[in-house]
Amino acid sequence: MSQILDRARGQVLDSGTGLDEAGVLEILRLPDELLPAALQLAHDVRMRWCGPEVEVEGIVSLKTGGCPEDCHFCSQSGLFASPVRAVWLDIPSLVKAAKQTAATGATEFCIVAAVRGPDARLMKQLRAGVEAIRAEVDIQVAASLGMLTQEQVDDMVDMGIHRYNHNLETAKSYFPNVVTTHSWEERWDTLRMVRESGMEVCCGGILGLGETLEQRAEFAGQLALLQPHEVPLNFLNPRPGTPMGDREVVDPKDALRAIAAFRLALPHTILRYAGGREITLGDLGTREGLLGGINAVIVGNYLTTLGRPATADLDLLVDLSMPVKALSATL
Amino acid sequence: MPAGKPVTSTWCERCGEALPAGGHAACAAARPLEPPRYCRWCRRRMKVQVLPAGWSATCVEHGRLDGAP
Ligand code: SF4
Ligand SMILES: [Zn+2]
Ligand SMILES: [Zn+2]
Repeated sequence: MSQILDRARGQVLDSGTGLDEAGVLEILRLPDELLPAALQLAHDVRMRWCGPEVEVEGIVSLKTGGCPEDCHFCSQSGLFASPVRAVWLDIPSLVKAAKQTAATGATEFCIVAAVRGPDARLMKQLRAGVEAIRAEVDIQVAASLGMLTQEQVDDMVDMGIHRYNHNLETAKSYFPNVVTTHSWEERWDTLRMVRESGMEVCCGGILGLGETLEQRAEFAGQLALLQPHEVPLNFLNPRPGTPMGDREVVDPKDALRAIAAFRLALPHTILRYAGGREITLGDLGTREGLLGGINAVIVGNYLTTLGRPATADLDLLVDLSMPVKALSATL
Repeated sequence: MPAGKPVTSTWCERCGEALPAGGHAACAAARPLEPPRYCRWCRRRMKVQVLPAGWSATCVEHGRLDGAP
């Protein structure tokens, strides 16, 4: 057993204190032979501090494409030659999506829009959508509409949005290589307002954007400082037409090391599998991640790409004896 | 297939390039996890809406395709 795993056992498993940036980096650099031990420790940490339940979520795009920002991984930016066209979802289809999600046993439904931040029309559509969902579906509603003003934060609290997603995407030091139309600090400002409003903070990012292992560790450290309620972990799915369209996907072992490392940095958070896991990890890797620190999944499709059928993930959870978190546990 | 259109589709639904030219193995491999983006008959970019348990793709000329999941 390596020194870092011994140290993590005492500090993270026994005391619930996450690893710092240097410790995370050591995990990210572990040799392949020690990966199973790291995943087992991350799993033990998750079981001890979060329990066996898995939080299941569905997401839907309320407004797709045509975004004025230039996040280099994103097929929804209007600045790249991506084939994704701008579309708006109508309210009946939004309610249908919420019903499809609730039917899987999911407790979370996240409404997402491809925007820098919401305008009055989008806020109105969100309010109407949330009211329509509330009237027909028993599910917690989350939102992800980019950068917010204080007034918009207050509006969302008023609508009953219980969690707000806004990803920092990558380490602060690497962010300018990924986005040039806004800053990491602007994103942080929104997160601060969301935190102060009492909404739950959901903040994660994408691995495989070309960041170094040091920057991956830096990112985990920055998330640990924020202490989000939830951290969605995406792996780059290179999208045609984007500046990152030709990048390689993350090596599956590196992806698993990252899962273990992020869990050891964030022992109490909901660590969610998000986009890119299918092409990065496949079925076997998906299972290993759920036994290596992951305790939440997005089921079904993503915003512009498709996922595995929800039943495949739900069957896997049954197989792993991991109960789906009940709605009553989220209130 | 819409009436009056050629019997074989012409354009790759993923990359929008000509199908007979070949080189679409990566497109075919990616398609199970992606909805179509280009109309196979006219190469127009389609309006695509992905939902948690399905998707739809609409060409203004050739109508709507639905898929699950
Ligand atoms: S702000 Fe969001 S939707 Fe817009 S380009 Fe960036 S990631 Fe894509
Ligand atoms: Zn093609
Ligand atoms: Zn067409």
